Amino acid sequence: MVDAIIIGGGHNGLVCAAYLARAGKKVLVLERRERVGGAALTEEVFPGFRFSVFSYVGSLLRPEIVRELELARHGLQILPLESTLTPLPNGDYLAQWSDPDRNRRELARHSPRDAEAYDEFGRLMHEMARAVKPLLGMIPPDPASLAPRELLGLARLGRTLRSLGAEKFHALAKLLTMSSADYLDEWFECEALKATKAASGIIGTLAGPRSPGTAYVLLHHYMGEIDGVFRAWGFAKGGNGSVSEAIAGAARSFGAQIRTNAPVARVLVAGGRAKGVALESGEEIAAKLVVSGADPRCTFLGLVGEKHLPADFVQAIRRYRLRGSSGKVNLALAELPDFTCLPGKGPHLRGAISISPSIEYLERAYDEAKYGEFSRRPYLDVILPSMIDPSMAPPGRHVMSIFVQYAPYHLNGGWTDARREAFGDTVIDTLAEYAPNLKAAILHRQVITPADIERIVGLSEGNIFQGELSLEQMFFLRPAPAWANYRTPIRGLYQCGAGTHPGGGVMGASGRNAARAILREGG
Amino acid sequence: MLKTTPFHARVAPLCVSHAWRRWAGYLVASSYELSHEREYHAIRSSAALFDVSPLHKYRVHGRDAARLLDRVVTREVTRAAAGQVLYTPWCDGAGKVLDDGTIARLDEQTFRVTSAEPNLRWLQDNALGLEVAIEDVSESIAALSLQGPASHAILRQLGEVELKYYRVGSTTLGGVPVSVSRTGYTGDLGFEIWLDAAHALVVWDALIGAGEPYGITPAGMLALDLARIEAGLMLIDVDYVPANKALIGRQTSSPYELALGWTVNLDKDHFVGRNALAEEAKRGPQWQFVGLELDWDALERLYVEAGLAPRLPSAAWRSSVPVYAGGDQVGYATSGGWSPLLKKYIALAHLRSRWAAPGTVVEMEVTVEHRRRRAAARVVKRPFFDPERKRS
Ligand SMILES: Cc1cc2nc3c(=O)[nH]c(=O)nc-3n(C[C@H](O)[C@H](O)[C@H](O)COP(=O)(O)OP(=O)(O)OC[C@H]3O[C@@H](n4cnc5c(N)ncnc54)[C@H](O)[C@@H]3O)c2cc1C
Repeated sequence: MVDAIIIGGGHNGLVCAAYLARAGKKVLVLERRERVGGAALTEEVFPGFRFSVFSYVGSLLRPEIVRELELARHGLQILPLESTLTPLPNGDYLAQWSDPDRNRRELARHSPRDAEAYDEFGRLMHEMARAVKPLLGMIPPDPASLAPRELLGLARLGRTLRSLGAEKFHALAKLLTMSSADYLDEWFECEALKATKAASGIIGTLAGPRSPGTAYVLLHHYMGEIDGVFRAWGFAKGGNGSVSEAIAGAARSFGAQIRTNAPVARVLVAGGRAKGVALESGEEIAAKLVVSGADPRCTFLGLVGEKHLPADFVQAIRRYRLRGSSGKVNLALAELPDFTCLPGKGPHLRGAISISPSIEYLERAYDEAKYGEFSRRPYLDVILPSMIDPSMAPPGRHVMSIFVQYAPYHLNGGWTDARREAFGDTVIDTLAEYAPNLKAAILHRQVITPADIERIVGLSEGNIFQGELSLEQMFFLRPAPAWANYRTPIRGLYQCGAGTHPGGGVMGASGRNAARAILREGG
Repeated sequence: MLKTTPFHARVAPLCVSHAWRRWAGYLVASSYELSHEREYHAIRSSAALFDVSPLHKYRVHGRDAARLLDRVVTREVTRAAAGQVLYTPWCDGAGKVLDDGTIARLDEQTFRVTSAEPNLRWLQDNALGLEVAIEDVSESIAALSLQGPASHAILRQLGEVELKYYRVGSTTLGGVPVSVSRTGYTGDLGFEIWLDAAHALVVWDALIGAGEPYGITPAGMLALDLARIEAGLMLIDVDYVPANKALIGRQTSSPYELALGWTVNLDKDHFVGRNALAEEAKRGPQWQFVGLELDWDALERLYVEAGLAPRLPSAAWRSSVPVYAGGDQVGYATSGGWSPLLKKYIALAHLRSRWAAPGTVVEMEVTVEHRRRRAAARVVKRPFFDPERKRS
C-alpha cells in the first residue's frame, strides 16, 4: 500500500508529492490527462510552435521551492520580463522599464508627479509585501478555535501586523478594503499607468477595477522581489510546463511515482476516513492518505460526495465562488507584431504588452461581462515568449500569448464553437488596432474560453485560480472556514491545490504548505 | 592608452551602458546593456557571445613542444592526443601555483597555450636545451567565447563543428578558417573560437547573423563572473594570488589547496614543483577550496532583525570575507553572489582542511545595515550548477 495518493498532477500536486517523497513517504500521483502540469503546461500545439497554453508568466513560484527541490538541476530557469508597454489609442504609449532612470524619464512625459511618486509607491508596496509575506508560508490558523496551536498562529499573525507601524498598517487596511482604482487614485494621475497597475488586481476574478477588495491583489506583484527575484514577473524557459516538468523530475528523484491517463472517479471513504481512490477504469488503489490537488468543488462535491460530508461544509463549498472570467488566445506568427506607437523590433517586445489604456476602459470591459457577454474591447496581457526564449518557435518565427479578460463562463446562450471564434476575432481585432500587421502575420491560432479551461484542465467554471482571489475566500476562509489548514472533514483526506491558502498562480505554496501540514501531523 | 580588441568596432556601439573595464591592458565590456541580467540569463538559456581576446596566447611548436609543456605544467601533456585540450595549473619550484590555463594540442608538434598572466619568459626559461619555438600570439589571434545551450546549433549554421568536451578542431565560419575548442568559463555547453585577428569582424558578423534566431546575446564580464562562480571556477588575482606576485609565503597556494589535486600527475617525468608537491601529497593540504551555500533562513533572520528584507548582491563580489566555525576564523571567501538560477547565495572559499568536508556548517560574515554579522553556510560540492549538456 502506498503512503499517499495525490489526485491531480498540477504543479501544486507535484510539489506536495515531491516534499512527501523527500520525507520518505511512498507517493503515487494520479493525473487524468496524458501529461502533468494542469494549468502550468507547455504543449506543441502547432508543429514547431510551443505554447505555455494556459498560465504564461511564472515568477510567483516560491524561491524556497526552487532551492529545496533543486529545480534548476531539473531544468527550471525563470527569465526576466523586462518591461510593460501600454499602447494608447492616441498613437502614443506608456512604457514601464526596469531601469529606474529610464522609467522615470518615460513616466515624466506623461506626468512629472507620477514619475516621482512611482518609486515611493514601489517602496511602500514592497514594505507591505514584506510584512504580509510570512502569511504565504503559514498554515492558516483558525480564529474560531481555542486550540493552543491555532492561538499561537493567531498571535504570530497579530505580531506581524502590529510590527507594521501606523503608516503601513493604514495602507494595509486600505489595500484590504479599497478598489484598486481608488487606491491608485491616491497615488497617480496618469490613466494608463493606473489602469495597467490596476489590471493586476482583476486577474482571475469577476470584478472590475472599481470593485472593492481588488486593491489587495496588487500586493502579490511585489511579493517576488523581496526574495531575491528582483523582478515582479518572469517567463519560465520552455513555458510554465517546464515548471511542472522540473517539479515532476524532482518528485521522481525522491522516489515518487507519477501515473498519467489515470482519472480518479471517487475517493474511497469508510467510517469517515479516506481509504484510497477508485479510478474511472474501475481500478481501486488503497493508500494511508489521499491528497487532492483538484479544486474544492471537484474534490468535495465530485470525488468525495455530499453524503460523506457535514451539511455546513457542503454549503460552504457550494457557495465557494469559481466564476471563470478569463480566456486565452495563443498565436503562431510568421513575423513580429509591429506596434504603431513604437515601431520595429525593440526591447519592448521582450516584455509585457498591456491593452489597458484607462480605468474606464477596464471597467467597461467588466460591465459587459457582468451582464453575461465577453468584452467587446477586452483587457489584454500579451507576451511574446519566443522573444524571451527563442526555442519556443522555429528559428525566425514567433509565438504570442494573449491573456484576455473578460470572458465570462456563464455566457448568455452558452459557449459554442461559433462564439469561441467570435471571441477570438474580437481579441485579434482589439490588438490589431495597435499592431496592424498582426492579422497577416498569423499562421495558426488557438482560442481558449473558460468552458475550454474547465473541459481541458478540469478547473470548475474555468476559474484560473481554483476559486476567485477575493478577500472573503482568502487565508483562513480558503476554501471554507475552519478547513483552511489543508485538512478536510474526512480524516486522511487533504487538499493541496490553488483552492487552498495562499491561492492561485504558479506559486507552489499550497502544495508545500499542505505537505508540511501532513508531515506535521505525522501523516 | 588602453588597447582595444579586434572586435572593438562591433562591440563599442553595442555597449550602451558605457560600462567598460580593463583586462590585461584591453578595454572590454562589463555589461553591454544597463543591467547584466539578460546577458547572464543568455548563458544558461540561449547563447552568450564574449570577446575574450585579451587572454594571453602562445603558440608552442617543435619536436620538443610536448616535452617543454610537460616540464612546466602539472598534468601530463605528452600523453595528450592531437585535438585534445587540457585545463591545468603550473607551479613554481616550491609547488605553488603561478597561473592556470588551457593547453590545446593542435597537432603532434603544435600547441596553443592560454593563460591569464604573461608567461613567455617562464616558458622560454624552461625550454633551455629543447628544440622548441615559443611565439606570443596574444595580439595576432582574436578569441570569442560562445556559451550556452544554443551555442552548438548556432555554430552548425556556419560550419561543421562536432567536438566532444575539451576537444579542439579546425573549421571555417563565414568563410574564415578558425580553430574551435569545446571549452569555456561558464560550466555550460560552449565553444571558444580562435582566429586571425584580421578576420575578426567577419566572424563576429557571421555569428551574430546566424545566432539571431537563437537568441545570441553579446555579454560582458559581469555576466561571466556570475556564471563562473556557479560553475565553481576560480579566478586568478581574485580567488588566489599567483606565486610570483605574492609578497609573503602565506599568500601562495598549491594546486592541492585550490582543489586542483586532480591535475597533479606525480607519476610523469619531472616537472617544476614536483618534489614539493610529492611532499604535500603525503602530508595532505592544509587548506581546501570549496563551495559555500548560505542558509537562506539565517540570512533572512539577520535582515528581519534590522527591520529589512534581505538585500542580495545583484552582481558577483570579489573581496575577502571571513568564514568562521565555533567562533574562530577558519577561512575566507573570495568571490560570491546571488545565483538567479539556483535562487541561492553562493560563494567560493578557502577553508582549513578540517572544516572543508561537504556538509560542514560554518558561518560567513555578512554586513547588514553597516554591522558585521554572521550567517550559517554549508560546505557544498562544486560546481554549484552542472548541466548534463556541458559534457554530452
Ligand atoms: C488561462 C490561464 C492563465 C493563467 N495565467 C497565469 C499566469 O500567467 N501566472 C500564474 O502564476 N498563474 C496563472 N494562472 C493560474 C495558475 O495556472 C493556476 O493557479 C495554477 O496552475 C494552479 O495549479 P494547481 O496545481 O493548484 O491546480 P491545477 O493546475 O488546476 O491542477 C489540477 C490537476 O488535477 C487534475 N485533476 C483534476 N481532477 C482530477 C481527477 N479526478 N483525477 C485525476 N486528476 C485530476 C487536472 O487534470 C490538473 O492536472 C493561469 C491559469 C489559467 C487557466
